[in-house]
Amino acid sequence: MTIRLAAETPWYDLFSRGARDWLRHNEKVRDAVKETLPELLAGSDLMTRPGNRTVAVPVKFLEHSRLRLADANVQQGAGQGRGEPGDVLQPGREEGGEQGQAGGTGEGEIRFVVELKVDEIVDWLWEELKLPELKPKRTATMDQAEYIREGWDKRGARSRLDRRRTMKEAVKRHAIQSNIAAGNGTDTLEAEPISLVNDDLRFRQLVKRPSPATSAAVIFALDVSGSMDEAQRRLAKQFFFFALQGIRRQYAKVETVFLAHAAQAWEFDESQFFQASSSGGTVTSSVARLALEVMTTRYEPSRYNVYFFYASDGENAAEDRDEARGTLAEIARQVNYTGYCETGGVATFRPRDTQLAEIFTELKGSGLAVGTSHLASQDDVWNAIRAFFTEQAASGD
Amino acid sequence: MTELQDYAERIESLARRLGLDYYNVDFELAPASLMTEIAVYGLPVRMPHWSFGVRYIHQLVRQSMGHSKIFEVMFPGDPCRAFLMDGNSTAENALVTAHVLGHADFAKNNQLFARFHAMAGANIVETAAAHAHRIQLSIEAHGVERVEGVLDAALALESHIDVAGELHRARYSEFVQEKRPPTETGFQARFRQLPGAEEQAAPKSGQVRAPVPPHSEYDLLWFIANYAPELEQWERDIFLMVRSESFYFYPVFACQIMNEGWASYWHARLLREADFLPQPLYLSAIKAHSDVVRPFASGQETALAINPYHLGFTMWERIVEKHGIERAREVRRDEDDFGFIRNWLDEDLAREAGLFVYEARPGDEIRVATKDISAIREAILAPKFNFGAPRVAAVELKHDGSLTLAHDHASDGRGLDVTRAKRVLDYVHRVWRRPVRLTTVNEKNEAVELAA
Repeated sequence: MTIRLAAETPWYDLFSRGARDWLRHNEKVRDAVKETLPELLAGSDLMTRPGNRTVAVPVKFLEHSRLRLADANVQQGAGQGRGEPGDVLQPGREEGGEQGQAGGTGEGEIRFVVELKVDEIVDWLWEELKLPELKPKRTATMDQAEYIREGWDKRGARSRLDRRRTMKEAVKRHAIQSNIAAGNGTDTLEAEPISLVNDDLRFRQLVKRPSPATSAAVIFALDVSGSMDEAQRRLAKQFFFFALQGIRRQYAKVETVFLAHAAQAWEFDESQFFQASSSGGTVTSSVARLALEVMTTRYEPSRYNVYFFYASDGENAAEDRDEARGTLAEIARQVNYTGYCETGGVATFRPRDTQLAEIFTELKGSGLAVGTSHLASQDDVWNAIRAFFTEQAASGD
Repeated sequence: MTELQDYAERIESLARRLGLDYYNVDFELAPASLMTEIAVYGLPVRMPHWSFGVRYIHQLVRQSMGHSKIFEVMFPGDPCRAFLMDGNSTAENALVTAHVLGHADFAKNNQLFARFHAMAGANIVETAAAHAHRIQLSIEAHGVERVEGVLDAALALESHIDVAGELHRARYSEFVQEKRPPTETGFQARFRQLPGAEEQAAPKSGQVRAPVPPHSEYDLLWFIANYAPELEQWERDIFLMVRSESFYFYPVFACQIMNEGWASYWHARLLREADFLPQPLYLSAIKAHSDVVRPFASGQETALAINPYHLGFTMWERIVEKHGIERAREVRRDEDDFGFIRNWLDEDLAREAGLFVYEARPGDEIRVATKDISAIREAILAPKFNFGAPRVAAVELKHDGSLTLAHDHASDGRGLDVTRAKRVLDYVHRVWRRPVRLTTVNEKNEAVELAA
């Protein structure tokens, strides 16, 4: 009899089959997570969270199912040890109490967390939805100037001295001069070190050049009046989230503004934005005016690519109609794109367009970059995103 | 190493002297990582599937918590292949060597093992590795998703083979003899003799096309491999590979108590009689023995499970003591766990071992229910019926290619777990590619039909 040592049969040290199948399992988990992505993302305040933009998704192991019997009401098994019929081996758990005790399933459930990068998720979505990339506004490209290096000059600040160039010039000059000297029949000292004269100095030059604006500002406006319920706001939030992600893909720097309004408008930070609610009436012009103010003071549309998104159930105070039309038109003229989403169940019988829908349709008709969409269900969010990015890409041409 | 080699050789010659009869055993010292994988896959190299990945993580967790220590694995065959853990002490491995020889004797002589050996050849380790290789080629040719789809279905039905049937099985015969007309009664004979009755020709007795399946077919892997309307050759191969591995696993599964008990009996006896082992080594080997062969974890008084090593060991000791080693060898040859428990676990033994049946009610209260011997026997055996799976048979293949499976809920006592059954049906549907139905009952004992 011989006992072999592992070293003689090293094949199983090469790779771990268990780890390979585990990785494959994780791949499948990620695919499964991908499918439920929209709901996952709507849950947390991901929009402005800085730093590591990841979502941690707690998941269970996938189960490879087999046929098995339904659980019996009373489960039986064979055991061993001290005990007479009737003896209690393990007391029942009180309802609600003592949840901390390890479950009776023996193995215990192991949960793990899949960490997904938000950018990765958005990339998936963009592939999935086949969305085009956004284009920066043309007018915005002309204004923002930047210094770039271009050419050399004999004069300049010491800090811009290009030593390599300077030495090259010196060598060239030296070669010419020694050639002339040789032509004259004069002896030259080959080993003579190359000396620099002022004429050899070369300085790098900077030129002012316009460069495309790479920063964008996104203004989200939300109607928080009493008629907007929780479900409608969630849809709006999802739309806002994905619109923002799409814009983030394109611009190096994206700033966000959150405005909520009922009869009056306020600016919020993101965490409070979706909690805000008011029982007042709806005056759209209030938020439009606030948006204009934000634009003039902080995000000059000639320097920023500004996007304006507005979500509302479409109802606006009748006396505000003209005012709203005027201010919204003013916004639409200045920004790259205006997106309007109207929320509300499809069940609602709509004999005609709402006041706001009419206004936006009119603005769109007059050739401004305006998009409208209706959000009644999860799927509409995708349609709205698709419509927005396709239109925006087309209007950018 | 050389020390272990030396002991191993002497233990082996002692074993031969004591009448152990086995094919040669190839021992191999393997690292912990491989031992873990064998515990997960059941074989050193086996087909890839993501579900093994989940088991692998569970196993790693259990090992890291100290719930599971692997000593050895042995694969029956000619030669047998045994893997010992290279991190274990010499004492432990000397014990394990003796234990493995007990397994080897069992595997050569037990009728279930011998039957598999005769059907499938003698080298499961290499056969399974070849399967893994062929599946890898399929993955390269058809992509991991398609192969995985087939494995999802085949492995989900892993236990659904006909364990009494043959590994290599021909398709059903396509025609059957038509039923003969009933024998003539006296009246019919006289009636036939009446004028004008001759024209009525006797119905021809010939062949008719047989229905598929001609009877309830419990070998689902075989049935799908042979009768799925649109299965490609490589998919069929996968089903047959999984099936042949199941045939290998069945004797191991169905003789666990006997087999582990027999190996434990022999390692204890061999060590006892191995006068060449130094005393300290013998003591630590016996310590390892009592850690393995004990009814419950240290510091506990009851266990809600039966340790097959302990139960089997106790029973074999008793059989040898009462009936002699020759009788024990006959039992080892003839029985599987069902016969072993029913015929040889008697009331005295059950009482001494403190066996009982417990009941867990909703709310997790667990009570000792009974100490009745037949209840104990059935409770031990219940998880082993039908390879541990519900009895589900293919009952009808319709002309449109749709398949009907039926759960024999009467013999299982209750219906299937519907959520899981539906998922399995989805797996099957992906390879069957025509409608698949499954009938069972719900918790109110009403018939339900699942479809995919």
